[in-house]
Amino acid sequence: MIKVEGLTKRYARTVAVDDISFEIAKGQIVGFLGPNGAGKTTTMRVLTCFLPPSAGTAKVAGFDVLKNPIEVKRRIGYLPETPPVYPEMEVDEYLTFVGRLKGIGKGELPKRISEVCERCAIGDVRKRLVGKLSKGYRQRVGLAQAIMHNPDVLILDEPTAGLDPKQIIETRELIKGLAGSHTIILSTHILPEVEQTCEQVIIIAKGRLVATDSVSNLTNRLRGSETVAVEVEARDGVLDPVAVRQRLEKVPGVSRVLVKDAHDKRQGFEVESLKGCSVRPELARAVVEAGWNLNELRPMALSLEEIFLQLTSPEQEAAAGGAK
Amino acid sequence: MKNVWIICRKELKSYFVSPIAYGLMAFFAAISGYFFYIATAIFVTRGIESQMMGRGMPMDLNEWIVRPLLMNVSVIGLFLIPMITMRLFAEEKRSGTIELLATSPVRDMEIILGKWFAALVMYACILGISLLNLSLLFVYGKPDWKPILIGYLGLLLQGGCLLAIGTFISTTTRNQIIAGVATFAVCLLLWVFDWVTAYEMATWAKVMGYMSVVTHFETFAKGVLDSKDVIFYLSMIFFGLFLTSRSMESLRWRS
Repeated sequence: MIKVEGLTKRYARTVAVDDISFEIAKGQIVGFLGPNGAGKTTTMRVLTCFLPPSAGTAKVAGFDVLKNPIEVKRRIGYLPETPPVYPEMEVDEYLTFVGRLKGIGKGELPKRISEVCERCAIGDVRKRLVGKLSKGYRQRVGLAQAIMHNPDVLILDEPTAGLDPKQIIETRELIKGLAGSHTIILSTHILPEVEQTCEQVIIIAKGRLVATDSVSNLTNRLRGSETVAVEVEARDGVLDPVAVRQRLEKVPGVSRVLVKDAHDKRQGFEVESLKGCSVRPELARAVVEAGWNLNELRPMALSLEEIFLQLTSPEQEAAAGGAK
Repeated sequence: MKNVWIICRKELKSYFVSPIAYGLMAFFAAISGYFFYIATAIFVTRGIESQMMGRGMPMDLNEWIVRPLLMNVSVIGLFLIPMITMRLFAEEKRSGTIELLATSPVRDMEIILGKWFAALVMYACILGISLLNLSLLFVYGKPDWKPILIGYLGLLLQGGCLLAIGTFISTTTRNQIIAGVATFAVCLLLWVFDWVTAYEMATWAKVMGYMSVVTHFETFAKGVLDSKDVIFYLSMIFFGLFLTSRSMESLRWRS
């Protein structure tokens, strides 16, 4: 649906986006992740034909953003960071204007507006001035604007920025509900949002593409070392954490053992091992053979948060490049 | 074409929901009414004077009232136009709604034409108020309506040309005030350009005199439709709108 190749955008002095390539299949929700100033908005603006690329190509549904901007714009719904609303208009009036602008015929417009208002839960403010609405409502009006012409592709620039927690959840649900019929790109710097809503992640930092993969793959791939949480309980008497630690460290493949929190007779550990060697059976045997109870043995997934920090902090860039 | 109309309607609405339209109309009504009153008063006193001196020469309403009034209105227009055009693009740039327009399936030129045309309609509505004054002349006398028509056509052409320039200036900034002040400065310059011809006969002075928008209006005020002046205004309108489209394009490359 969306194909970006070698996309570069230079401003007068800075390079905002540097040689980015990715592809997005139809019907996916993709999280566009990066710290502030990474080039998320710029990339989105290129995709929506708001800015022309300095080099490289971007295609939406097979149409080039430079050669066929009108066709691309017909297929794209865009919600910029600040919803592009006119405060002096009523919600209905605004959506009518947008609908007409996007080429919806006069006849089907009222029906479409009702549908969109219901979908975005703004039915109760249709006769209110946009300028008098709260931030959450305004955001939803912006979203309504973006889906007005039922576009194939939805591009949402930080759709939950500045909303209260309840509104954030509602907006996320709304976006999830739109998936399937639309291909959605959603930019954010809030990680849980990506974990909760997206299937695919594109991470960029300083204008460069750092990683692009599905959320689960990315988590797996970036585990240079695997971590296992182990909880050991003494069968009788008091457990000596040091003894357990020494025993666990002897298991082949284990690189490090961390002593975690203790609950009277139970004691948690985090065992790091090299990637690829499964140490869990050996760990279990070691614990049992030493005469302790094994309460828990659980592989720990890296949260997206950790991955993100790993990928985007400067000292980790080389490592991330290697992982790619 | 349909898109031009959609944009134009939206702009007109936002003129008329804000106090700008009514403020400008009120301002214009007061000042053009004042000029009309002065011109009529002069006409009446002159008429009485000449009758007392026994010269019952019929005086021409068009020459004594309509022409000075139109000349004054053309100058008042210079003050109104910056207020009409300053918000056109500057406001959209400031509030970010320009992103909506620029990412909708419409051409830049359609956006520009829509906005310019809305400004022109707004200007025409303001000018329309002065027709109320002139209609009094038709009630009490018999002025020739054709020169009046040509005069108003001239006002619209002159307005259209300055509005196009104002629209261009509005795309260059996100600050309405700056757009307004700059447009006002340019309008003023285009008005006083021909003053150099009063003392200087060199070619450059003639060129400057030619560039003055008010000089070209004089023939219209006289009720003469001269193709030379029509072409001047039309080419200025095209030039202004062309600059606007270039400016919008460069906006995308720079921003």
